[in-house]
Amino acid sequence: MDDLDPVFKALADPTRRALLDRLRERGGQSLTDLEREMPMSRFGVAKHLQVLADADLVVTRRAGRQKLHFLNPVPIRRIHDRWIDKYTEGRVSALTELKQEMEEDG
Amino acid sequence: MMDETTQVYRIFIRAEAQAIWDAITRPEFTARYFYGSRVETTGDVGTPFRYHSPDGEALWGDETVLEADPPHRLVVGWRSLWDPELAAEPASRVAWEIEPQDGGYCLLTVVHDRLADSPRTASSVGGTGWMLVLSGLKTVVETGSGLRG
Repeated sequence: MDDLDPVFKALADPTRRALLDRLRERGGQSLTDLEREMPMSRFGVAKHLQVLADADLVVTRRAGRQKLHFLNPVPIRRIHDRWIDKYTEGRVSALTELKQEMEEDG
Repeated sequence: MMDETTQVYRIFIRAEAQAIWDAITRPEFTARYFYGSRVETTGDVGTPFRYHSPDGEALWGDETVLEADPPHRLVVGWRSLWDPELAAEPASRVAWEIEPQDGGYCLLTVVHDRLADSPRTASSVGGTGWMLVLSGLKTVVETGSGLRG
């Protein structure tokens, strides 16, 4: 489930990135809301949303009768952690731990 | 009520629900992924839900458990006390939902809502905030890395 293929596949399409941009600007939109902003059919938008949901980049929640869509940025964070983390945060946390250990010993 | 001031974060974690519950409610775990902060809670509704700063000198959070159904659902109040500007905003609400899936996985969802009157808090937790926390929680629970003693 940490397979990132669906994430890269979902992000490879400009329409899907545009949908993520819409949800980043305003979370909690219905299919009807999103359809209004996109130059394509409801079916097309729904299909793209499904690909994004399969990649876990979009999460839906029910609110009454409506199904609302939210951007879930966590998979993108996982990409960061997998490759970038090596160079940055590892060092930061090592320093934090060192500081803690020194304080505990002192 | 779910609206644009609601934020939703979700991640699959390869662990039992109880292990994830522990990671949320026990200080030795939160210290490893929540900016070094140590949680204090009994998990009982109506009791305090606090985050202590890493040095133990300050409170980063001092709210209440609003709902609890261990190990599946925990709802707490939220106010970011580590920053005076954020602390001045009204309290918001955080729901932790743990749903067991097939294959030894759980789906962990964090819903942070009631942010309508707390725009600074919304952008603070919505930047790298929850992402970093959830990604870190997954790493801690799945690998135990960074956990000492």
